[in-house]
Amino acid sequence: MIPYAFTYRRPKTLAEARGLLKGDAKLLAGGQTLIAAMKLRLAAPSELIDISRLKELSFIRREGDALVIGANTTHHEVATSSVVAASIPALKVLAEMIGDPAVRYKGTLGGAIANNDPAADYPAALVALGATVKTTARSIAAEDYFTGMFATALEEDEIVTEVSFPIPERAAYAKFRNPASRFALAGVFVAKTKTGARVAVIGAGSNVFRVPEMEQALDRDFTPGAIKDIAVDPAELNSDIHASAEYRAHLVGVMARRAVESAAG
Amino acid sequence: MSRIALSVNGKPVSAEIEDRTLLVYFLREHLGLTGTHIGCDTSQCGACVVHVDGKAVKSCSMFAVQADGASVTTIEGLARDGKLHPVQEAFREHHGLQCGFCTPGMIMTAVDMIARGAATDRDAIRHELEGNICRCTGYHNIVTAIEAAAKQMTTKAAAE
Repeated sequence: MIPYAFTYRRPKTLAEARGLLKGDAKLLAGGQTLIAAMKLRLAAPSELIDISRLKELSFIRREGDALVIGANTTHHEVATSSVVAASIPALKVLAEMIGDPAVRYKGTLGGAIANNDPAADYPAALVALGATVKTTARSIAAEDYFTGMFATALEEDEIVTEVSFPIPERAAYAKFRNPASRFALAGVFVAKTKTGARVAVIGAGSNVFRVPEMEQALDRDFTPGAIKDIAVDPAELNSDIHASAEYRAHLVGVMARRAVESAAG
Repeated sequence: MSRIALSVNGKPVSAEIEDRTLLVYFLREHLGLTGTHIGCDTSQCGACVVHVDGKAVKSCSMFAVQADGASVTTIEGLARDGKLHPVQEAFREHHGLQCGFCTPGMIMTAVDMIARGAATDRDAIRHELEGNICRCTGYHNIVTAIEAAAKQMTTKAAAE
């Protein structure tokens, strides 16, 4: 499959990249979603701005009570980082579960959250951990950043530069994958944070969402038993050839309990 | 159009190409290196896996311009002085193929997985092969071949 023609640009600095990002130009990072969409001719940007070599966006560091990861950091780098493993092991587990090894070598944190695929894993971690997305223009709380299916709060010329994850007391991620595509039918990230328990779900709805009833129950008792009778409403969930909304609602409950068990253990 | 210069299997290569040229087409059609296969063309099957700067990636999901300045290794670049790479040899020894279409990608993925120390046991190998599909479903011998190559290469590295 051959994409429509486009002009490729590789700016040397972030400022230069920002200047080029206008009209229907698109940023290219790992390209593991964008290039597939271009080959199917679902996306046809006239210009591709390759930011994958901007080293200033590629880092993982501990800053006080937060883990800060640059937008160009690949899933492979997150999955194999000793800093991530020591600070938020659940994030390492999540990164290890994205795609396959070849995809993890290319795909980036910034690319994943800029695309906001409803079945992408990272949005669950950002929302459950109360992360902050930093861009070339501002800082955005994760819950305000993910606005809908494939939609974010990013302006046209705004570039994600890093994500700051407050380090939780404990956290875990569990997902049920479509056995063929490996995309999540439901993924649940649970965290026990300084401000209380947080539960974020991906794959099941059109956008990442929290489950307040589970969070309140986990605040009282952080065990799988505490949420065993809490169901999410299938009316809000996706139904497709892979799974009905009712099945996805069931999976959210199971994945949430598995994640809590894993976090508590 | 862009001019790119890179190393392919240790040899310098430069070309003027359309920006939309995928790396797999550049290797196959511009350089005639047809060992790298196009299977699903949707980045799921792994028949097109090559190494770019030492990392196993899907060459159908990357533009050739992105490899400008990089060092690319394809299945044709694994053998040395007429001698098969240990992973190739293990696939032959253990009959790690049926029709052979997925084999180049399987081998390039296996070389990377062994280099990372990820081929620790049969379960780990199967997990690492998630991005490579064998439509003959000949996974059993593929796993056996990778397990044998990993053992042999680790023993050899320890002895040296």
